[in-house]
Amino acid sequence: MTTAVYIEHRAGSIKRASLEAITAARGIADRVVGLCIGTADTQTLRTYGVHEIVAIEHAMLTRYSSQAVAEAIAQYVRSAAVGALFLGATAQGKELGPRVAVLLETAYLPDCVALSKEADKLVAVRPLFAGKIRATVEPLTERVVVSLRPNMFTARPAETPTEPTQTTFSPELSQEHCRVVVTDVVRNEGKLDVLEADIVVSGGRGLKGPEHFALIEQLAAVLGGAVGASRAVVDAGWRPHSEQVGQTGKTVSPNLYLACGISGAVQHLAGMSSSKVIAAINKDKDAPIFKVADYGIVGDVFEVIPKLIEQVKQLKQSTAS
Amino acid sequence: MNILVCVSYVPDTAAKIGATPDGSALQLQGVKYILNPYDEFAIEEALLQREKHGGRVVALTVGDAAATEILRTALAMGADAAAIVTDTTLDSYGVAVQIAEYARAMNADLVLLGRQSIDHDSFQMASTVGALLGMPSISVVSKLDIEGTRVRAERDVEGGKEILEAELPIVISVQKGINNPRYPKLPDIMKAKSKPIETLQAQSVPARSRHIRYEVPQQKRANIILGDSDADIAEFVRLLHEEAKVI
Repeated sequence: MTTAVYIEHRAGSIKRASLEAITAARGIADRVVGLCIGTADTQTLRTYGVHEIVAIEHAMLTRYSSQAVAEAIAQYVRSAAVGALFLGATAQGKELGPRVAVLLETAYLPDCVALSKEADKLVAVRPLFAGKIRATVEPLTERVVVSLRPNMFTARPAETPTEPTQTTFSPELSQEHCRVVVTDVVRNEGKLDVLEADIVVSGGRGLKGPEHFALIEQLAAVLGGAVGASRAVVDAGWRPHSEQVGQTGKTVSPNLYLACGISGAVQHLAGMSSSKVIAAINKDKDAPIFKVADYGIVGDVFEVIPKLIEQVKQLKQSTAS
Repeated sequence: MNILVCVSYVPDTAAKIGATPDGSALQLQGVKYILNPYDEFAIEEALLQREKHGGRVVALTVGDAAATEILRTALAMGADAAAIVTDTTLDSYGVAVQIAEYARAMNADLVLLGRQSIDHDSFQMASTVGALLGMPSISVVSKLDIEGTRVRAERDVEGGKEILEAELPIVISVQKGINNPRYPKLPDIMKAKSKPIETLQAQSVPARSRHIRYEVPQQKRANIILGDSDADIAEFVRLLHEEAKVI
């Protein structure tokens, strides 16, 4: 079976979620096709063992339109013997996946965290009810569109790089397909995003005031992580909504989630329980966050964090030398 | 402006949800259901757009008859009418088909939804409904301006936000930050009780996917809880570095 992977890239540089999707596709398909709008980093696609790179080219794709891109992908999949389409469940992937599935009249399996084959059929595991349940879901159509939750599949280069064939696909698009376009992207420059960081250090009400978030920022900086926040501190206006983790905020699954002064209300747990490692600092030993934590410190954030920053700095120095 | 706002009736965030031992079904006994939290922002946005452009707001839900309760909330907040498509067997695609049919029949200019429902968390409804209607869609919108038929929206993406331009008719899913949902006042709640709620039969739509098993994830957390002494903090750092290998 051939699986196509939508390659999300910015000026050629490929998003990790797409590399994870390629790695997952290699595990279940004989042949992997990388679908790019324009040209992505060919060398990386080669390293990741893609068999064919298809550059989708059209004058109407110079400005990003989810409608037009979905239409172009669907036209390609229809034209080729592709059994499955994988996408990273990113902001972009979550808009494209369902749209392509409707155009192809196929099943869409959203935000999956594991894949396997049962009786030679692709099945996926996806969390329901904010991770309280894991459901195994099977497509009832021949083709399938699957989006994969970022950081749940490891991106691994292929054992032997491939020599991918490179082709161009020209979809038929009209103004009808471009009734929504992205006109601008405002980047939070110099700021790691909780959705993309390997480490997220979050602060909650235990910080007692917005001015004390400098502690969280320093700790995040020495760890090379992003700053997150609980709902309480976002609602209080201490931190921007873009940093909020949890229900009504973002769902993150970093390698390390470090919760500081966050009690761990169920709404917060909904947004971070799939993190690989959870650590917590809280002065209340009965705080619910400790029930889901791998490692915890019962202590005052104002005393513990400065010491922790020092120790991490020492560790970084000793491992660097 | 004809505005359709879609709402869903979901288990409360704090609800305990289990699975039968054989994994064939969910255990939802005693679970309290609520209006999906994101849908409050969708209802509010529908009302704000109506205040600006005039027109009519219809709230729609697809599901169990008990979901009528959340339509009363939408009516109390200010929706003009409400409808329920009764069905509990459809998959997400099937639900999208009912919404699209209703939107088509009422000639909707704007379809609003919450960015995700907190039961299936699949973030797919806006794009699916948009595709079914042949309309553009924008998901996870935190700012929406409509002038005539021109739409300008902002949405959060990884590392920043996108500014988008589009045309009506359109499907939009919204998130927290776009507005502050109003609380219905007692007279409005009373008035809502006499507003009509239309009940429709679902059209049958073959499912495209099926849940074959449910399980409660097993917590495999190390759960090592330390004190705040210097030695404990050193041990914490060592565990993260040597055992978990995450720093």
